This record gives sequence, C-alpha cells and structure tokens, in this order.
Amino acid sequence: MAGERILVAKVGLDGHDRGVKVVARILRDAGFEVIYTGLFQTPETVAAAAVDEDVDAIGLSMLSGAHMTLAPAVVEAVRSRGADIPVMVGGIVPDHDLEELTAAGISAVLTPGSTAEQIIVEVRRVLDAETAS
Amino acid sequence: MPTPREIWEAEFGAAPRRDADFETMSGIPVEPVYGPEDGEFPGQFPYTRGPYASMYRSRLWTMRMFAGFGTAEDTNWRFKEIIRAGGGGLSTAFDMPTLLGIDSDDPMALGEVGRCGVAVDTLADMEDLYADIDLGEVTTSMTINSPAAVIFAMFVAQAEKAGIPRARLGGTLQNDILKEYQAQKEFVFPPRQSMRLVRDTIAFTSAEMPRWHSVSISGYHIREAGSTAVEELAFTLANGFAYVELALAAGLPVDSFAPRLSFFFNAHIDFFEEIAKYRAARRIWARWMRDRYGAEDPRSMQCRFHTQTAGVSLAAQQPELNIARTAIEALAGVLGGTQSLHTNSMDEAMALPTEKAARIALRTQQIIANETNVAHVADPLGGSHYVEALTDEVERQAEEIFAHIEELGSGSMLEGAIKGIEENWFQGRITDSAFELERKVNEGRRIIVGVNAFTEGNEEEQIPLLRITNEDEQRQRKRLDAVRDRRDQTTVDAVLERLRIEAADPEINLMPTLIEASQAYATLGEIMSAMGSVFGRHVEVPTF
Repeated sequence: MAGERILVAKVGLDGHDRGVKVVARILRDAGFEVIYTGLFQTPETVAAAAVDEDVDAIGLSMLSGAHMTLAPAVVEAVRSRGADIPVMVGGIVPDHDLEELTAAGISAVLTPGSTAEQIIVEVRRVLDAETAS
Repeated sequence: MPTPREIWEAEFGAAPRRDADFETMSGIPVEPVYGPEDGEFPGQFPYTRGPYASMYRSRLWTMRMFAGFGTAEDTNWRFKEIIRAGGGGLSTAFDMPTLLGIDSDDPMALGEVGRCGVAVDTLADMEDLYADIDLGEVTTSMTINSPAAVIFAMFVAQAEKAGIPRARLGGTLQNDILKEYQAQKEFVFPPRQSMRLVRDTIAFTSAEMPRWHSVSISGYHIREAGSTAVEELAFTLANGFAYVELALAAGLPVDSFAPRLSFFFNAHIDFFEEIAKYRAARRIWARWMRDRYGAEDPRSMQCRFHTQTAGVSLAAQQPELNIARTAIEALAGVLGGTQSLHTNSMDEAMALPTEKAARIALRTQQIIANETNVAHVADPLGGSHYVEALTDEVERQAEEIFAHIEELGSGSMLEGAIKGIEENWFQGRITDSAFELERKVNEGRRIIVGVNAFTEGNEEEQIPLLRITNEDEQRQRKRLDAVRDRRDQTTVDAVLERLRIEAADPEINLMPTLIEASQAYATLGEIMSAMGSVFGRHVEVPTF
C-alpha cells in the first residue's frame, strides 16, 4: 500500500544528516510520503509532530551513541500522547544494544550497510505488523 | 639564471635531513625527487609537488591521532598513551554538547555527555585535559567550530595558568564554521555572526600567537556528508578564500594571517583521485593567493594540510577489513604529501575505538613510514600520465565550482559562501552526491567488500567494542556542580554582562573578554548563551 506516511527525525544534538536524507529519498522513491523534521529535535517535538501529522511510522537516525537514552524516550513520548506509532532506529547501534532497544519498544533497528531494499522490506514489515495487530 | 633543479638543490641542501638510509631494499640509492631539469620541483610555485623542497626527507608527517571520550581525566590518560606509543601530536575530540556550546547538565545534553568525545564545560576541565602534558613541546589540535573562540580562550587560559605563555603554544583550532552549515551541521549562531568570531580568532592569533593555526579549513566533513572528491576540494578552497576575504575586510594584511591558515582533507578509497585532489589543492591555493589576493610570502601560498582516512568508507561487516581500507587511504595521503595524518580504527563504523584498535591504526602509519620506503621521495607519482591528467581535470572542475560561488556572491567569495549556505546550494549538492553513490551501491555498480559482495564471513563473531556508560555523564555533572559551587559568582556575572555588551559592537574583538570569562570559570553554556542573546540562533530549513 503506497502513500503511507513516515516521519524521519534527528533527535538530540547529532548533526550527521547524510543517512537520514538518503533514507528519506529511498523511502520517497519507494512510494511513501516522507516528512523530515530537521535537526536538533527532542523526543517531545518528534512525538508531537508524529501525532499532528498522523504518520504511520517514525524513523530515528542516530549516529552519536545516544540511542539508548533518546530512542526509548521517543517511544515513551509517543505513548504518553495515547498514540501507537511504531518507532524504528537507523544508524550506529552496536549489537549488544539490540535486545534492550527491543525491550524498550523499538520496532526495528537498521545498522550500517543496510541496502535500500533491506530498508524498504523492514519498514514494510513494521507497517504490516502494525496493521495486523 | 639557475634552473628549477638548481634552485631546488640549493633549498634541499639547506633543509635538515632525518636519519635514515635512502635506498631501496636492494640497495639502489634513491634520489629525494625525480623529474626533468626544467620541470616543477617540490617547494616551488605553484607547489603541486609539495610545499617544501625536502618533504619527508627532513621530517615525516605528524602522526596525529584524534581522541576524546568521557571526562577530561579519561581523555588525558588516552593522550598520554598516544604520546607513549609514539604519536607526535594531540588531536582533541569534543563531545556533542561541547561542540554545540551547551553544558553537560543542560537537558538537551542528556545521553550525549562524553559519548563522541570529551566533555568540556569550564576551564577546570581544560586543566585536567592537558594536565602533565608540555604544550610548549607537543602541538595540539582542537576539533571545535561553533564555540571555537570560547574553547580556544579556555585553552589559552589553561596553558598560561600552567606557565606556558600563549606565544609558545603551537597547534590548530579547527574553527571552520562555513562547513558546519554546509555539511557537519553543528551550528549555533547565524553565519554572519559566527564569521565575526572567526575574524576575532584570526586577528587575535596573528597578533599574539605566531605558532598557532587559526583556522583548519576542512573538506573532511564535506566529504563524509557525501560530496565527491571534486566538491570536497572546491567547497573547501572556496571556504578558504572566504576566510581570506573576511580577514582582508578586517584590515589585516594578507601575509600577516595567511601563513597560519591550514587545511584538512579526507583520504577516501579512490586512490589516484585522492592523490590528484591533494596536488590540485596546492596548485589552486597558490595561484589564487598570489594572483587574486596579492600574497607575497611563499608561506601564504603553500597549502599545508592534515589528512584523515574516510570514516564513511568503513564497514560494520567484517570490520577487520577496515584495516586494509585505512592503510590504502593513508598511503594516498602520504603519496599526496600530507603534513599530518589520522588513521581511523577498524571498529569505528560501530563505536569509538578500543585502545587496541586505535593502536593498530597508528601502527598502520608506522608501517607506511618505516617499512615501505615511500617517504624517501617527494611526490613519487608526479609525472605519471594518469596522475597529472587527473590533477588537471580535478583543478578544472574545481574552477567551475568557484565560478558559480563567485557568481552567487556577485564577485565576492565570502558573500558567495554565505549565500550558498543560505540558499541551501552546498547542502543540496552534497545530498545529491550522497544519494548518487548510494544508488550505485544499491545497484551493485559500486562494490563494497563485505557489504554488497563477498559477504561470506559476515556472521562470524564481532570484535570487542568500547562501551561508554552513563556513569561518565553522572561524573561530569558532578564535576560541573563542584566548579559552580566554588567559583565567585559576582565575577562571573560581571564578565558575562560585559561580554553581552561587547558582542553587540561588531568592532570589538571578543577574545580578551572570552579569556577573562574562562578564567572566572564561567561555563561554556553560559558564555554561549550570553553571546546568543545578542547573535540569535541559526535554524536550517529541513530538506532532503
């Protein structure tokens, strides 16, 4: 199903935006409607934008090592608004953090080297799981 | 009339010689440079073949390893380890809050303190960071941009407190704000206000710190953000021209500051294109400095640069392969005549490096320096049909980009750089190039071993990674609390108030007051807020 809305976001102080922009274009070319928040967002501003824009999923780009603090905070901020929007993380996430991120409610983690196809498949999987639940 | 070779011989003869046997492993004697009698020699305008006549025969490049994590004490320990292991210079990585000029106890700093580098909030951190390191001997590089003037003020205050006068300090402040808006995106104030701080640091160092490099004009981050090699070269040199025009507009004579401008380039994996890029960089800088900006001192025309291997070329899959990539990239930097070099560690696609991974990266440089004999000859690829043609073509394409930037600025490179940022021109081109490369990788037209080909072995056990815990964040906050408790608040308030008044007057150089604020143990965040209340903040329009 094309046209689903995805919010891609940079949370915190990490200014590395190559990945988020490339992924935004990959998703747009795959038929998704993509909204990019820009830099230096907080968990609260991301959650607010996601709810306001009525998106189907949130993708966080995180390359500075703050994912263990900020990604769960985004999940919390979304839930505290009574919304149920899946949150995915893309970026530099060591294997040893995966379990804890899943436990914190992160729906998918895409790490360096992911191809466009893998990204689209994973986003699709998360959206379909959401529809099924 | 002496020939170019005779001129070179005289200069080479006067230069110091390092202690090594300049011969091949078979015992064939090796000349310091090869080329026709009337050709261009190293140390000769336009310096395509190197800024100095003797290059690595006098002194090898500086093995400058970038390090920083956790608190100042942690990083001080790593610095001493680097010096013990034979690293010749220090290079300081600051954490994200420091790079953005906020304190470790700011709510926005949550989760970022000490992660990507060392946390510096006050002069007290700076004192611990360089404790027991003789800053009159070791040169220091600091990778900091938006708050560069403040961190530099803290550095000067710290050194003087340790008894080293500012005139003796040697090193480099990155201080290249233009590429922050274009690529690295750690900006705080709007471009024009930030450029005022750059002007203040250039004026301050040219007057008081003859051994200090005021700006390290950096293509590294432009490339990492996704540009091509040509864009990296052209955007970087264009930014360099902008800083030159900024200092000229402030009334500084070109030869009073230009010798202290240096460059920082990426070493990516396309071996010959990288070498051509370095050669073209020297040639373009020399021509523009002499012909457009009227430089007369050869040092103003000599493009001297630091090189770092490409972080983006590292793969998370089969990370040991990154050692090979880094070695090839480092070799390109050396054959291209770099003055200093940082080699990335194999684990940096996943985390900050472990001590062992960082040591292997340094050892890679030591192999190039000591085992390969490549440092015997200056510009060993000069005269290669391929490398010469590539150098010419890279230069030609860069000149096309300069023409566009000049047009954006109606004849001013300074105005063109700022307009290009405000109109998202640089940012758009970089994203286009990043996406184009990604497309080639996805289509398999560009092979990355272990990523889109030769993936057998990807499932093997991973190498150990450095883990930074939240304890560092807690410790740093406690350190900051302690400083706030023991300083004299009245002095802090007074100096911050004076800073606000001076910031509003663009004629005033802020460096002396920034040093005073550091000495009063005002925090980085307080100082940046004081200036921010006058300067405002930069907000980028999000595009992709």
